[in-house]
Amino acid sequence: MKRYWNEYQKEIADDRFFYERSCIRQTFFPGSETAFLNILRNDLGKDVYDSSHQHTCSGIGYHADVVPFETTMTVVARLFSLMTERGYENYVPSCVTSFGVMTEIIEKWNESPELLEQARQYLRKATGREFEIPKNIVHPSDLIYKFRFDLKEKMKYQLVNRFTGKPLRGVEHIGCHYAKIFPKHGIGNAEFPYVLAGMIEAWGGEVIDYPERRHCCGFGFRQYLVQENRGYSVANSKKKFESMEPYEPDFIVANCPGCAMFLDKWQYTIAEMEHKTYDKEGYGIPVLTYEELAGLLLGYDPWQLGLQIHQVQCESLLNKIGIPYDPDSKYKGADGQLLAMPDKPSVLKV
Amino acid sequence: MKNIAIIGAGPAGIEAASILASQHKVTLFEKEERPLTNIRNKAMLFPDFSSAEELADQLEAKLQHPNITLLAQTAVTGLQRQDGGWQVTDDKGGRQTFDQVLLTTGYRVFDASRKEELGYGIYKGVITSLDLEKMVKEGRIVNTMGDTPKQIVFLQCVGSRDEKSGNNYCSKVCCVTAVKQAIEVKKLSPSTNVHIFYMDLRMWGQGFEEMYRTAQEEYNVRFVRGRISEAAATYDGRVQLKAEDTLMGLPLNMNTDLLVLMVGMCASDGTQQLAKATGIDGLYGFAQSKDEHLNDNLTSQEGLFVAGSCKRPMSVNDTIQDARSAALAML
Repeated sequence: MKRYWNEYQKEIADDRFFYERSCIRQTFFPGSETAFLNILRNDLGKDVYDSSHQHTCSGIGYHADVVPFETTMTVVARLFSLMTERGYENYVPSCVTSFGVMTEIIEKWNESPELLEQARQYLRKATGREFEIPKNIVHPSDLIYKFRFDLKEKMKYQLVNRFTGKPLRGVEHIGCHYAKIFPKHGIGNAEFPYVLAGMIEAWGGEVIDYPERRHCCGFGFRQYLVQENRGYSVANSKKKFESMEPYEPDFIVANCPGCAMFLDKWQYTIAEMEHKTYDKEGYGIPVLTYEELAGLLLGYDPWQLGLQIHQVQCESLLNKIGIPYDPDSKYKGADGQLLAMPDKPSVLKV
Repeated sequence: MKNIAIIGAGPAGIEAASILASQHKVTLFEKEERPLTNIRNKAMLFPDFSSAEELADQLEAKLQHPNITLLAQTAVTGLQRQDGGWQVTDDKGGRQTFDQVLLTTGYRVFDASRKEELGYGIYKGVITSLDLEKMVKEGRIVNTMGDTPKQIVFLQCVGSRDEKSGNNYCSKVCCVTAVKQAIEVKKLSPSTNVHIFYMDLRMWGQGFEEMYRTAQEEYNVRFVRGRISEAAATYDGRVQLKAEDTLMGLPLNMNTDLLVLMVGMCASDGTQQLAKATGIDGLYGFAQSKDEHLNDNLTSQEGLFVAGSCKRPMSVNDTIQDARSAALAML
């Protein structure tokens, strides 16, 4: 049987990237972006520029209808000007919403050149800057996907259960703004995105195909920005957990800041609300970003990756893979001093 | 006596050959081992539930004529004008020149795996109308576990009236085929619940509307106006559907043992290739007739004629009528 989605590929530049950080990722996954930079620079030898002058893309406000398109377009134009000024042409936004917003804006500029001229005028008027449209714009997960076999050669561990010798079973979750806005810009299209599945398979794991695989994680901006709507957000995540539970996933990996956050933190919420966890032992299903997953297998220290900041703790996964860790260092800062001990949930085991 | 080539031994090719053979010498090219593959793949025909095999046998019997030569397992690879006639080249190295050529290369069903969201070729519980037809023919409707299905869902317009797949046209026969198959399922497996998801039902032929009513009144087939957006396998091997009921204006989820995709009709590879080679290719790769009102069997090329579903989606009985019309034009 021909699998058409395998044909949905895209051009991914090979080197010299301008990196744009996410607004929220450094709070929820504090080691992920640093891990990405380390992987690209140190493990793959790529040139990645991380500007200290960067800022929001305004994507959350744009999708929540509080920031008008013209403003978003101008803010994005400024980000592109930072890239242009440093002599880069390949743009890599850490957040899938930034990726979606920028892809949308570039499409609009291509369709309506007057909007591009408008953006140039607004940026010139506000900042005196000029910009070029990136020649190549990809999500960081696209880069890890592209180099997944190069990374595999450097990895110390595989996604294999050391006790059974069987592949670890992973749930992959793609951010809506990665492929659902413009399917042609997502590896594998929108129905069977392959960007994360390709990583899991390349690194020895097995991808779980469960009924609610494509369902929203619950991060939909209108669901969580309005506090009264957050029940919808939890309900979406719960629907996914219930659907994946029979397949007994060893981990979840996501490429969107919101997806990874909600799939992680709502496990705590649901456990508190309903005394329910979705693994047999009561620890929950560890949720990783793709950088964390790659970093772990490359041998990065779990605590340097920031896994202790996650709601669902990762030791069950580390034990299955056979990754060593120092329990005593878990909550120590860079100076070796204990930061503080977190409160324990009443249901979810840690 | 003219020397005539007919390309494709389906109902159109055979019917036209049987008429033309009364006055002319006919060579019938068929790429398959046996003629009438598409009809023999069916169990019963709408709207009278007559046997497809019997019709195929009756048609095949018409080939027993001294003026008809059937070249089975012979695919035509080239067709070009030569000395006022048409030179036909085949994959066995044959090269003959004919006075006239009739194209009856027919259709193929839409490749349902192109609709990725519906999971054909990925999930065992997702099948096509062609797959179900085989089950009906074997007289046993079973789910993926080999048991009697509790629920079967049909989805209309798969690869038809669908901009995403590039086929904007209606395939014409799927609506009534789904109603026919739903009744066949209920006859074979009365305890199975049957739902049909449709955009709108096009019951254009004589007796079709009555079948539609019978399906509801006598067989309790439930019709839902709406599209299925996604199919996925459940842990117990069933198929989970997400859909919208556009009459109720509500999204709905349901599980089914089998999802039957009503695959539309596309121009066959032979139709596309030969129509293009002779400059008569029309919309969606189908062959284009000279005009659809008075010269629907003629083409822009002198001596080249067309009949049946190589022109557009067509039912079996319409195909046979069209073949007779083509034969009249060629006599």
